[in-house]
Amino acid sequence: MASLLKKIFLVDLLQGLRVTFRNQNPKYICTEQYPAERPQIAERYRGAPRLNTNPETGETLCMGCNMCALACPETLIVVTSARNETTKRKEMVSFTFDTSRCMFCGLCEDACPTDALELTQEFELASYTREGQVWDAKMLEEGPKPTRYKC
Amino acid sequence: MPDTTFLDSTELVLNMGPQHPSTHGVLRVILKLDGEKVLGTDCVIGYLHRGVEKIAEARTYTQFNPYVDRLDYVTAVSNGLGYCLAVEKLLNVEASSRAQAVRVILTELNRIASHLLWLGTHALDIGAITPVFYCFREREAILKIFEQYCGARLTTHAFRIGGLQYDVYNGFEREVKAFCDMFPTKVDEYEELLTNNRIWVDRLKNVGILSAEDCKQYGVTGPVLRAAGVEWDLRKAQPYSGYEKYEFAIPTRQNGDTYDRYIVRMEEMRQSVRIVRQAVEVIPEGPITAKVPKVIKPPAGEAYVSIEAPKGELGYYIVSDGSTQPYRVRVRPPSFINLQALDRMVRGALIADVVAVIGTLDIVLGEVDR
Repeated sequence: MASLLKKIFLVDLLQGLRVTFRNQNPKYICTEQYPAERPQIAERYRGAPRLNTNPETGETLCMGCNMCALACPETLIVVTSARNETTKRKEMVSFTFDTSRCMFCGLCEDACPTDALELTQEFELASYTREGQVWDAKMLEEGPKPTRYKC
Repeated sequence: MPDTTFLDSTELVLNMGPQHPSTHGVLRVILKLDGEKVLGTDCVIGYLHRGVEKIAEARTYTQFNPYVDRLDYVTAVSNGLGYCLAVEKLLNVEASSRAQAVRVILTELNRIASHLLWLGTHALDIGAITPVFYCFREREAILKIFEQYCGARLTTHAFRIGGLQYDVYNGFEREVKAFCDMFPTKVDEYEELLTNNRIWVDRLKNVGILSAEDCKQYGVTGPVLRAAGVEWDLRKAQPYSGYEKYEFAIPTRQNGDTYDRYIVRMEEMRQSVRIVRQAVEVIPEGPITAKVPKVIKPPAGEAYVSIEAPKGELGYYIVSDGSTQPYRVRVRPPSFINLQALDRMVRGALIADVVAVIGTLDIVLGEVDR
């Protein structure tokens, strides 16, 4: 009898509706207004790669040891290096990083002995061309420059 | 299915998927129908096959770690745990107690995230649109914790062989505890929305029944097995990563229908919160990694480790030939094996029940195809 009355008076459905209406409260709104509002990115976020430079001299910290290229599972990092005749040290000549194949696992930044290669909080990596996805040393040092939309 | 049935005029062969939204990915189910009634099904898989097991043979042990995140991409942390435990068994090392506690916290949070995604999409398939928004809201809180801990939300690459790469961040305990306090009331809310709802009950009760006997024959594991009344949970049966230290119950039900599987998963989320709460209370001090050489070169041999992933038993069988690369990696995915029971469950049911049953099996095609 009780269950029949419950069925007639739609108790089960009203119970669910109560939850829905309780959640209508504006303080539960959690939509991010993305282009207008920038999302909070965690400090450890693994996004766009960056080659760090010495802040005082502006020289690259990369010493061309090739550790990142060896650590990369997709072998998408290509580093070439040459011996500098005056200082007798190995120096990085070119550095390319194919972001289109990168899965942002962070193994390259773990492998880097000088903290030159780092995955940053930059996350807008889209490009109009495939070639644009392959970053050279200059691009890696400057970082991507995505359009910032204001709404 | 015998070919002759295709010529029978009363029977209809209908293709469901691979683009059907209710197949949760790229699963193609060929349905043989008599009107609304399902006479048989045939699953076509492999649309998401990437050859992960073969990739492993050309990568070092460390390099293969990020790939396992992409098997079952909603439970990346569990996959990583299973793989790391298997390699650690080959190397004969054990993670420190601090690493184990953090691993337990993250895998249990991942279990909740996986079940939330299941609940949202399953309810969406059945026709209840509201839960998916609430589920994703709570899931977001978990993903935020993952992002702050290891820098990624889905394909986390959270654990390394021998322990952890990252120590917990400032405020990790506080955030996890806040989640544990907030979450049980949210589960009550979902239950309020669904458990007694007449449409929900009518669509799920006595649909897709799989008895305990059938479960054992098909090798089905996880919540599907427990809903049929078998109390089998690898966290209790063969504890790994320090699960023996935590107190929790294994929720079981008797009927083995879709509704029971729903109840079991809801209860599992509550139990996971219980484990997380116990683990976060005392995270032991100490190193986060065991003594593991930089170049991982296990001795020749083989190891099989299985863990209780959110979807069932996830096993890794690794054969080492003594080099830096595995000789063979075999993954025993829970989704692939659970999916085989689909035909048994939907035979004689209606088309609409096929959607409910695929939802309740909680398959992820990344893991089915690998």
